[in-house]
Amino acid sequence: MTPISITVNGRGVQALVEPRMQLAELLRDELGLTGTHLGCEQGVCGACTVLLDGAPARSCIAYAIDCDGSEVVTIEGFADDPLMAELREAFAAHHGLQCGFCTSGMLITARDIVARLGDVPEARIREELAGNLCRCTGYVGIVAAIRAVAAGK
Amino acid sequence: MKPASFDYARAGSVAEAVAMLAADDFARPIAGGQSLGPMLNLRLARPSMLIDIKRIPELRAADADGRVMRIGACRTHAEIEDGVIEDMTHGMLAMVAGGIAYRAVRNRGTLGGSVSHADPAADWPCALVALGATLVVHGPAGERRIAAEGFVLGAYATALQAGEIVGAIELPRLQPGARWGYYKICRKAGEFASAIGAVVLDEAAGVARVVCGAVDGPPIPLTVTAARLRDSGPEGAAAIVSDEIDRVLPHGDAIVRQLHTVAVRRALGQVA
Repeated sequence: MTPISITVNGRGVQALVEPRMQLAELLRDELGLTGTHLGCEQGVCGACTVLLDGAPARSCIAYAIDCDGSEVVTIEGFADDPLMAELREAFAAHHGLQCGFCTSGMLITARDIVARLGDVPEARIREELAGNLCRCTGYVGIVAAIRAVAAGK
Repeated sequence: MKPASFDYARAGSVAEAVAMLAADDFARPIAGGQSLGPMLNLRLARPSMLIDIKRIPELRAADADGRVMRIGACRTHAEIEDGVIEDMTHGMLAMVAGGIAYRAVRNRGTLGGSVSHADPAADWPCALVALGATLVVHGPAGERRIAAEGFVLGAYATALQAGEIVGAIELPRLQPGARWGYYKICRKAGEFASAIGAVVLDEAAGVARVVCGAVDGPPIPLTVTAARLRDSGPEGAAAIVSDEIDRVLPHGDAIVRQLHTVAVRRALGQVA
């Protein structure tokens, strides 16, 4: 077991980890931050997406020990983020979620799309969302929510 | 699923990484972990130890002179997509990088890691052959250079010897007026390709390359099509692609050959 230091949602955290512990496992099992979900554990479904050193990354194929010294923001860490607040409202208004399993990853990816690309055509939004799978909604509401928030940005 | 146990250590330099790999036959390097992570989680890979090379400064370097650009192996696809590195390929590098997987994967996955992993359907093995790249490799016997054409030997198999890692990728600067095409057939954005066509035409440098990628083995240079491209232009080359595909993929079924023919033709169409 190896001691690591990692900043999670702005707070410094010390943990003892086996090298094989996924970042997602550290967040969910050790820190109780269960908003991050595990779907495929291969990096393709997007349910585990968090911000790692400021950029979206898969927490299922990031190992906690590899993140020693890094900054992580999970879905629980956006309470004061104005863009995330807009996205949450838009997801609700446009019926962008049903079961909610994909939603935390969708929101983090959506926030990155709007912040990085701004108001881009729907086709581009769909391309950028290709790494976040949803089994419930058929994506229509999710894309509409993102378009609404991105408009004019 | 969860990985089998492994040890983990960070290497601070290329020399240290090479020494650590030499000390343990079952140790493996890890950079972005976007290819290795799924294999670890599925227990397709069970290394004794991971040697983390992603932070080694030499592997993050990027520089260029008048003729050649050199990209450190641990530069990420996202950095290349975003044009963080000066691009001497008239945008081809950024376009290829942007089509790899998904942004979250591109934020971590590295150029060197992708090429070393050598998934047969990946983008970089094919694109780097079309660009005439050279891989700078470090190992117990020192540094050596391997042309991209001939680096990938087969599915997940490269010319890397035990204990070697890719240090950098060198690309010749494309001349003014050079054109390129890159077309990837996949049903869903970001997926591994069913077929890739890559074309580079740099008349000032006397270069015409046409490459067929995402086949069962290494990417296939279409030399006859490339010669026709140089002599008669993209339309002339497009007319004979199907014949050369039939010759280089004699065991492929008709659908597979059609996919590859179309991918190459559409890449040629971008050059017109």
